Amino acid sequence: MKNLKKIIGQIGLMGITMLLFGSCNSTEKEKIIDPANIQVHGTMDAELTSPPMVPAPIGDRSAKKLIVKLEILEMEGEISNGVKYNYWTFGGSVPGSFIRTRVGDEVEFTLSNHPENKLPHNIDLHAVTGPGGGATSSFVAPGHEKTFSFKTLNPGLYVYHCATAPVGMHIANGMYGLILVEPEGGLPKVDKEYYIMQGDFYTKGENGDPGLQPFDMKKAVEEDADYVVFNGKVGALTGDNAITANVGETVRLYIGNGGPNLTSSFHVIGEIFDNVHIEGGSLINKNVQTTLIPAGGAVIVDFKVEVPGTFILVDHAIFRAFNKGALGMLKVSGEENKQLYSGVKQEGIYHPEGGTIQTMPNNTTAKPEVKLNKTLAEKMESGKQIYMKTCFACHQATGEGIANAFPPLAKSDYLNADVKRAIGIVLNGKTGEITVNGKNYNSIMTRQTLTDDEIADVLSYVYNSWGNNKTNVTPAMVTEVRNSK
Amino acid sequence: MKTVFRLTIFLSLFFGTTANCQSKMVSIKGGKYIPLYGRESLQVKISDFYMDVYPVTNDDFLQFVIKNPKWRKSMAKKIFADKNYLVSWKSDTALNSTQSLKAPVTNVSWFVAKEYCECQGKRLPTVDEWEYVAMANENTPDARKLKNYNEFILGWYEKPKTFNNEIGSTFKNYWGVYDLHGLVWEWTSDFNSVLITGESRSDVDKDNNLFCGSAALNATDLMNYAAFMRYAFRGSINANYNIRNLGFRCVKDKKG
Repeated sequence: MKNLKKIIGQIGLMGITMLLFGSCNSTEKEKIIDPANIQVHGTMDAELTSPPMVPAPIGDRSAKKLIVKLEILEMEGEISNGVKYNYWTFGGSVPGSFIRTRVGDEVEFTLSNHPENKLPHNIDLHAVTGPGGGATSSFVAPGHEKTFSFKTLNPGLYVYHCATAPVGMHIANGMYGLILVEPEGGLPKVDKEYYIMQGDFYTKGENGDPGLQPFDMKKAVEEDADYVVFNGKVGALTGDNAITANVGETVRLYIGNGGPNLTSSFHVIGEIFDNVHIEGGSLINKNVQTTLIPAGGAVIVDFKVEVPGTFILVDHAIFRAFNKGALGMLKVSGEENKQLYSGVKQEGIYHPEGGTIQTMPNNTTAKPEVKLNKTLAEKMESGKQIYMKTCFACHQATGEGIANAFPPLAKSDYLNADVKRAIGIVLNGKTGEITVNGKNYNSIMTRQTLTDDEIADVLSYVYNSWGNNKTNVTPAMVTEVRNSK
Repeated sequence: MKTVFRLTIFLSLFFGTTANCQSKMVSIKGGKYIPLYGRESLQVKISDFYMDVYPVTNDDFLQFVIKNPKWRKSMAKKIFADKNYLVSWKSDTALNSTQSLKAPVTNVSWFVAKEYCECQGKRLPTVDEWEYVAMANENTPDARKLKNYNEFILGWYEKPKTFNNEIGSTFKNYWGVYDLHGLVWEWTSDFNSVLITGESRSDVDKDNNLFCGSAALNATDLMNYAAFMRYAFRGSINANYNIRNLGFRCVKDKKG
């Protein structure tokens, strides 16, 4: 009986709600102006920014004629430590320059192709309503430029990219970026805004193979990516390149996915998105952990940062993050709030996985040829690469470690006291309590699957960096420790 | 003794090229082949002809403009050559110090390239002729399916500033022709006849016998996508354009 009353009550409520929404809709309809009829007042040059920066918000400015000039540059860059790649870029960066407009703007777009470029290019902006998204009108030979114009009709965050044949190759080489169309009056104000774009790269060599790596069409067709990265290269958003915010601020991220192939499962470790503009459009979802970004799509997320620390940005298809480069950092500074987050409570942990590739049975792939009698400089170089791939995530870029969790390698008394013990830890891993520079650590390090030569290089790099005792570790020393077990 | 020998070689080469105003050509035996855009039914027939061994050099072109003042940088009509014509030259009859005389001439328009060849009793090659000779590697007349042949071409697409390399610095192909790949793009007489629109993706459904975009775009083998970039490049240019990475060479019909 009571239940019945409840149900009747609920139906009543629903009816009222529906009525409310109904009336709401009809009043809103009257307000809508066809964006095609928005008048423009005056002309201005668009501010263009390289990632991760974003131009100033449009605020309450009126619609204008907006002049955008974008230059195409084919240029060599570094995709990972010691690995070079020939990027094709819009504006000299991957992703290309961020373009910020408002609904009703008349964009006069000039695409110029640098004289020393080899190839013709064009641009397809998903924000354009028209054939090819502008591609038809912007096909431009090296040493020339093309101008076309369009009116922004739909608010949202849109991908732009090159659409010259072979289209996939132009995109795979980095020819994509984002154009934002803000609604009338702009998006709600936030404290920090950043521009991030994911892309997958296909190189002739495997991930980490040094030198200039050409594009590999076969791998691209098979969607077998060697690198999946944010902002064009491994480490574009880590260490000193991390994006930053202060406790209490609201951060908005404009995230695109250039592809060419892979869909991103974008996630920030230790944060929950307060608002997500799904697929970069007007529909807002709240309290989201991981949001999908299709290739050739984008998303706007915002969240308030409540506690300090380093928050890791990943493609949560997680091997891409830890093995192919799709990893960035947001560093938040400010006062701790123990009520929201208590800090570390350590416990013993079951033998877990590490960051590097685990040993697999029947691994028959030949290891690269080992160069004998390397100079210390050569070992330092190779050691640094191994360090950045294997050790960096916990021990950090300059060996400072992470307080209470991972001990420092810089000026480390524990390290400098006993080189054989250090070799043993890399070979066999380490669990349990140790004291380093007067502080206790009770954590775990997994055994690393590195060759003796690689261990010698990486340890020599560590010992000859950051104020350590300059021990030169040889492969023979490693072999000795390995065999003594 | 060795030096004297070398000097003799050098001198004979020197006089050999300057005394003979006509640049060296080799004979190309004609045949049938299926170009990038073609199908089995669209075989192209090539007649026998001669082709320049090397692209036209800065030096060759300098002599040409000295003899033909109307094609000097300051005199050339803008409708025949836009403002990038010989843009890196110091003056009407002098190169810039960074430019090699033995490098291929670039920043030249189709009109001037055509006239240059005609002045020597030659002509520009057709796209089909050019592609026919260019599908050879060192040892075989059609190497298009070989991986390293394609990798070489694609490698060039990624190498900066090759336009200032000297002629003969790439490989000599089956026909005895150098530098078709790896130095600069080259003008052809009918460069614009293959219709590729600015919007490459819509070419897929173009009902066009001459250009079957779908065959190329659906291709997964390297052969088509390496060549596709040449067609895309040709489709992006106009006859009065002058481009840093675009030069030319001439061909001549075989009589009878």
